[in-house]
Amino acid sequence: MTTTATRAVPLDAPVRSAERAEPHVRAAAPYSNPYLAGIGLGLVLLAAFVVTGRGLGASGAFSSVVAVAVEAAAPVHAAGNDFFAGYLGTSPLKTFLVFEVLGVLLGGFASGALAGRLHRRVEKGPRISTTGRFALAFVGGGLMGAGAKLARGCTSGQALTGGALLNAGSWAFMLAVFAGAYGVAWFVRRQWR
Amino acid sequence: MSAPFYKFGMFGDEALLIVAFLLGIGFGFFLERAGFGSARKLTAQFYFRDLAVFKVMFTAIVVAGLGVFYLGWAGVLDVSLIYMSPTYLVPQIVGGLLLGIGFTIGGYCPGTSLVGVATGSLDAVVYGLGIFAGIFVFGEIFPAITGFFTSTAMGELTLPQAFHLSYGLVLFAVVLMAVGGFAGAGWVERRMAAKDAAAANAAAAQEA
Repeated sequence: MTTTATRAVPLDAPVRSAERAEPHVRAAAPYSNPYLAGIGLGLVLLAAFVVTGRGLGASGAFSSVVAVAVEAAAPVHAAGNDFFAGYLGTSPLKTFLVFEVLGVLLGGFASGALAGRLHRRVEKGPRISTTGRFALAFVGGGLMGAGAKLARGCTSGQALTGGALLNAGSWAFMLAVFAGAYGVAWFVRRQWR
Repeated sequence: MSAPFYKFGMFGDEALLIVAFLLGIGFGFFLERAGFGSARKLTAQFYFRDLAVFKVMFTAIVVAGLGVFYLGWAGVLDVSLIYMSPTYLVPQIVGGLLLGIGFTIGGYCPGTSLVGVATGSLDAVVYGLGIFAGIFVFGEIFPAITGFFTSTAMGELTLPQAFHLSYGLVLFAVVLMAVGGFAGAGWVERRMAAKDAAAANAAAAQEA
């Protein structure tokens, strides 16, 4: 699986002017060795434990944004719902995870820029339309969002963080994630292969 | 004993947000390095073509797990002060299944979708909107499922506690499992590459 494969996908989105002027001047660098990237990720996680006393996360930041949006649209409704109310307060967006996620966006952008991997694209196999891919992306995101809330965390907050702490619930969660992901793979194979 | 630094009052709540931002930069950087801004790279895991998800995840778990263990053993880190999410076994298994299904269908998980967005993947943007929708729906039905959400509560529970084994022994087993898994992953990848090459050759021969 190389980045050139994803580049070959025809895009119906407008191309940015800089790209039009110099179409892919730089070849994208290959991805890191997975074990080296894993060591880097593990050291970041260890730093989080040592410095802050907690691990990493992601889905909680999405929840804060949703709760703030619901409160803006229907304040009484949000206050009366235990789930949304749990994410609300005097400054609901000044949380650890919201700031961490802003960092993830910047760190991902920086790494992509250094490797020549920033380009507008749609990630999909050759046998599905862009519209079909978007529909499945939305459905998959929805299942992921609901599942992460039910499990009290996602791949970052449960599998990675809880995995390193030998958290029993996190390990049960992780096995279930792989079971669910492999279990459904055959049905959506045309999206990817 | 002086770590976790925040728990020992070495910096305040405002500085914690800066630290969170910096940790996020490192997190996002290594996710992108690994190729996890690409849904095709991520989902190749579930077709046995590229097991980078397993390799990266378990390397990180082993590195951080051993780090916590040895820093605790050396008396530098008070492990009891690290936040542990309490276990709710059945909702976490059902949530994990949903999340895994969403992973293969949607192509990302929440953290990796952010890296996809940051590097220009439009499907990651749509996926992120799906996450918002899923959380919204979950929040709306939350009053009806609170009973299930809080069922099978086991409190803060580690695998060593659950199986009455020593912490070091379980960690050692995890390391062995990871190393064995890495060797197995390489074998599976080579096997699938050979299979794909044979299929491509057969198709080319049929055309000629």
